[in-house]
Amino acid sequence: MSKIKKGYYYTNTHEWVKVEDGFAYIGISDYAQENLGEIVFVELPDEEMVIEAGSELGAIESVKAASDILSPITGTIVMVNDELEDNPELLNEDPYENWIVKVDMEDNSELSELLSPDEYEDICDE
Amino acid sequence: MKETVLHKKHIALDAKMAEFAGYDMPIVYSSITEEHQKVRESCGLFDVSHMGEITIKGDEATQCVDYLFTNDVLSMSGKEVLYGMMCYEDGGVVDDLLVYKFHNKHYLLVVNASNVDKDFEWITKQNTFHCTVTNESNYYSQLALQGPKAEGILQKLTQFDLNLIEFFHFENVLLDNRIYMVSRTGYTGEDGFEIYGTHQEIVALWDKLLDIGNDDILPVGLGARDTLRFEVNLPLYGNELSQSITPLEAGYHFAVKLDAEPFIGRDVLKKQKETKTKRRIVGLELLDKGIIRHGYDVYHEDTLVGFVTTGYKSPSTGKTVALAMVDRPYDKLGTKLEVNVRNKRKKVVVIKKKFYNKNYKK
Repeated sequence: MSKIKKGYYYTNTHEWVKVEDGFAYIGISDYAQENLGEIVFVELPDEEMVIEAGSELGAIESVKAASDILSPITGTIVMVNDELEDNPELLNEDPYENWIVKVDMEDNSELSELLSPDEYEDICDE
Repeated sequence: MKETVLHKKHIALDAKMAEFAGYDMPIVYSSITEEHQKVRESCGLFDVSHMGEITIKGDEATQCVDYLFTNDVLSMSGKEVLYGMMCYEDGGVVDDLLVYKFHNKHYLLVVNASNVDKDFEWITKQNTFHCTVTNESNYYSQLALQGPKAEGILQKLTQFDLNLIEFFHFENVLLDNRIYMVSRTGYTGEDGFEIYGTHQEIVALWDKLLDIGNDDILPVGLGARDTLRFEVNLPLYGNELSQSITPLEAGYHFAVKLDAEPFIGRDVLKKQKETKTKRRIVGLELLDKGIIRHGYDVYHEDTLVGFVTTGYKSPSTGKTVALAMVDRPYDKLGTKLEVNVRNKRKKVVVIKKKFYNKNYKK
């Protein structure tokens, strides 16, 4: 059974958003990393890139396949977790601690369209 | 979806399952890398019951198989196994397969699961030799026991000296009081065996091998089966070989005997050898970061010069490498090319395609 953390917003494509000090951090859920298997590469976006909700933010490569990371929100990337470049397995080890990008959100009301932990749990159970 | 006889065992082991060639097959049990390394260093057990088995029997069985098969069947002794291909007239590949010779009038062809029906139809169509061709795929199950400790583990189940089974030969062996057909073959680049039996026999043996192998053995899924065969440049039908790729373009000259008796496709292949193929499969190493995968396009500056047939971060070497079909003259070692990875150009260099050395017991 994969972990779903409280205090995070989720998408049905298995990304999460956490808001801290006015910035949004984006990562992938425990369910996502479990299903991907061993992550061998994370393709990260550039800093200062403007992203839209639902657009491709980057990609995660497991041994077997590549999967897109879709941005849950709209905004400007202010920081990229480049530790993942050399240690992609961090996403397997702790997917909630290891965020992928830090974003200056354009419109905080977008958060209300994301899934609560309870709603997300229903999706993972299906 | 079809299931192998071991389906319940895979579920009980909590394997990640997925469709492969119409079967619900285990892709990974624990982790692809862990399973991969276990086979390289110790021993892995694979359910390969999805593979197809077709027998050819008759007075002219030897001529029939030889006419269908790129390798030299006339040179085979009894209880020998040969690897090769069946080709179309134009040299494209129907399938790659193992031929087991029982005697001059009886052969067993072990073919890819995804190609069984096509192969059976092809063989039947070419059978002007009055042979009896039977698709026995539903009657056999098959295990592959692979790795440096495979022989030691299997030896615990039999009085028969397994040393006597030479590389690419087989015997009927009494294992745990049942008879199985055991060949020293496999598709990982390691020593090991492929074991054929009835469904019930294979279930019994699966449990027994995992039990007796203890810490030295792991069940291994199709994920690691693919990374293992890839590292030692063994082809996968649909990737390195296909209806539009000839065995010579793919570089498997050892399995194509152009000077032996004629076989279907030989004339085209002979010409191809004389004039050199226009393209061939090479190894690529990624110089940038990322992963290159099956189907990605290969470029030299703005010219499309080929495509990736298989690519991985190689678990044994840690390098990101690929096999790719590349037009000449871009196939030379050291040539700098680019691969289109998810709409970004990444730099690669042509390297030798044996990414890892085979460790056969010959």
